[in-house]
Amino acid sequence: MFAYIVRRLALMFVTLIGISIIIFVLLRVVPGNIVDILFDAAGFVDPADKANLEKELGLSDPIVVQYFRWIGGLLHGDLGYSYVSEKPALQEILPRIPITAKLAGLALLFSASIGIPLGVISAVHQGTRLDYALRIVSLSGLSLPSFWLGLLILMASVSMFGTMPIFNPNPKTWTEAIAIYCVPAMAVGFRSAALTMRITRSSMLEILRQDFIRTARAKGASENSVNYRHALKNAILPVITVIGIEAAFLIGGLIVTETVFNIPGIARFLVEALRWRDYPIVQNLVMLIAVVVVFANFTVDLLYAAIDPRIRYGD
Amino acid sequence: MRSVRTLAVAALLLLPAYHVASAGEPKQGGILKVYHRDSPASASIHEEATYSVNIPFMPVFNNLVIYKQDVPQNSMESIVPDLAESWAWSDDKKKLTFKLRQGVKWHDGKPFTSADVKCTFDMLMGKSQQKFRKNPRKSWYDEVVDVTTSGDFEASFNLKRPQPALLALLASGYTPVYPCHVSPGDMRTKPTGTGPFKFVEFKANESIKLTRNPDYWKKGLPYLDGMEFTIITNRSTAILGFISGQFDMTFPTEVSIPLLKDVKKQSPNAVCVVEPINVSTNIIVNSSSPPFDSLDIRRAMALAIDRKAFISILFEGQADIGGTMLPAPGGLWAMPKEMLETIPGYGPDINANREEARKLMQKAGFGPDKRLAVKVATRNIPIYRDPAIILIDQLKSIYIDGELDVVETANWFSKVARKDYALGLNLTGNAVDDPDQSFYENYSCGSERNYTNYCNKDIEKLFSEQSQETDVAKRKKIVWEIDKKLQEDVARPIIYHGRSGSCWQPYVKGITIMVNSSYNGYRYEDVWMDK
Repeated sequence: MFAYIVRRLALMFVTLIGISIIIFVLLRVVPGNIVDILFDAAGFVDPADKANLEKELGLSDPIVVQYFRWIGGLLHGDLGYSYVSEKPALQEILPRIPITAKLAGLALLFSASIGIPLGVISAVHQGTRLDYALRIVSLSGLSLPSFWLGLLILMASVSMFGTMPIFNPNPKTWTEAIAIYCVPAMAVGFRSAALTMRITRSSMLEILRQDFIRTARAKGASENSVNYRHALKNAILPVITVIGIEAAFLIGGLIVTETVFNIPGIARFLVEALRWRDYPIVQNLVMLIAVVVVFANFTVDLLYAAIDPRIRYGD
Repeated sequence: MRSVRTLAVAALLLLPAYHVASAGEPKQGGILKVYHRDSPASASIHEEATYSVNIPFMPVFNNLVIYKQDVPQNSMESIVPDLAESWAWSDDKKKLTFKLRQGVKWHDGKPFTSADVKCTFDMLMGKSQQKFRKNPRKSWYDEVVDVTTSGDFEASFNLKRPQPALLALLASGYTPVYPCHVSPGDMRTKPTGTGPFKFVEFKANESIKLTRNPDYWKKGLPYLDGMEFTIITNRSTAILGFISGQFDMTFPTEVSIPLLKDVKKQSPNAVCVVEPINVSTNIIVNSSSPPFDSLDIRRAMALAIDRKAFISILFEGQADIGGTMLPAPGGLWAMPKEMLETIPGYGPDINANREEARKLMQKAGFGPDKRLAVKVATRNIPIYRDPAIILIDQLKSIYIDGELDVVETANWFSKVARKDYALGLNLTGNAVDDPDQSFYENYSCGSERNYTNYCNKDIEKLFSEQSQETDVAKRKKIVWEIDKKLQEDVARPIIYHGRSGSCWQPYVKGITIMVNSSYNGYRYEDVWMDK
């Protein structure tokens, strides 16, 4: 086990180095940089001013020098300065992390707490009206884009309650505090819940047909015990894999949800930074997301062994 | 016709009167909440060229002079003293002297003096040690030799030649006075001014907050305790926020005509106005390379434009047809309708225009069997993209097959600068309704914003002639002549001048939306809330 963890950590390190190079190069391959955009926004270009600004921002240095400057800074905890706000990148990124983390956590919680029980119910009642109804719900979850769902929620909220749950850093009531996070989390987590539900259902159907389930029933175990203690415990592994993968994909959904609900999290910030070619922000944010995804996958792999004692990580 | 114009002028003059009459006795207090359409690049008005910066930051500053904030139409007559108590031209009209207000303090407590005026304009002219990162309106001061001071409370602008329009440029929201003792870098992130509101914070992509300046030199003003701009890039969310009452006002001149109908339907008590924004949608033509190096093809293209169709589709009829200068009644310098209609392509019979255009195309070697294929480049923003699609459709009628080439903002200017386009659809905003700003910036030989490199030495002489003319009536005649010639030369064919909507809740009082500029009316010191 220890050797496995060490090997995985080493692999993660190499993966992150690779990601850092890819991000860095790709960003500079995309046409236009911050200076082009700043001058375009001002509607004119003075070549001398432009060259000065490129030099000031270090963009005129060779790409290798720029890369090692970034990595060197990163190792010392210096993430550089945002080209746009001229503030330290860390100062810009840090306050946004808890906001997105809360949103992503709630979305995953929503996804698991809704998707798994409904998946079990759907499998247990296979072929019934309830099963069909739940399958329609899950299909709509997979087909409705989260931005559309978000807008629909906002419109309904304005029409029914005369207000809407867009972000407010200082909520006046506890209901507002809950709504500003929970409603967007549901909008973004709906797709993920639908996927979790479908995976849980198919995995459960496979397990429910196995001999040990029949044995459990023959031994007089209650239906709840059969479904949740025996079947779900064995059906959960693929569900955990999917939730792990969904955690990585969630960032895509969060970009639109944060935009629609006007939440100042890192996903929307990343898009804005990309639009401005604010390299220090984009590089560090993508690295942060990469680290989270790599660790999430690592954690999922370790969870397999904890959940299923048959799994062993050999040397 | 004459009576219609007289009525329109009378209506414009009555607007401020209506405004005051409907306002009642102003009340102190309240935070005005407005949504902002995007996150500005910086807080420094002098370094940016978008009203995304003017709207939240103009209340932080004062100018030397300013357009009277409750008069919707900017003109020489509506210019009033601000940090200057008075101004005077020398007899030869080459020196403009300002007597400055005493006892004014910057928000950090330091006194305002003539040194600050000199610093600001030296920096704008590129003459000081400290430099702006970008200086987009440097050309505004091309005729200024230098700025001199006499004591702490007098500053003079010395000119190469008379330029009456300088006063109009100084009254723009784009011309605040900056403090000498604050660096350009700090002005980009935490600006210091003398204005009615103090800067509190600017969180990129989140919000901009201003608070009342209790030591404002105009006693009793501002009425509001502060202003909060929440940055909401999603237009639907922003409009829903206004409808649900979470915002007191929409971002000014940002509500499109179709959206305005939605707002009025869902929020019937909201006060909404539609005004010209002095932004023209035009075609930039690369006349330095084939096929548009041929004047015949350029003229054919200009003849093919059905301006009314653009306005009907995009603005439900609520936009204006004109030349370079903003059409009346909002605009002060537009040529009369009768004169406009004599320009090829502006006549009312579009079929006849297109027939003539087809003849010109055939003369140039194109026809139904040999169509001209071109790419129509434009920015990937709806206000650029939508008219470009209509343009492509209209050009089909004269044997031109256009293909839309959408360009990301980051690459747009560099593409235009290296002439990597045949046809482009562009928007041109004018901060001041004055020919000097418009002509020199967009059509003068060598100007950085003259994207098409149009250069006509005869017209250049007329630019200078109108610029020096002090008699307004005479100047207007020269301006009309220039504008007509620019359209005939297909320098940058103007398709239409857009209009846009602004809405606010009924309890917000004292808002005036300017009718001939969307850059100059955001001081907000007279705005109050009847709550």
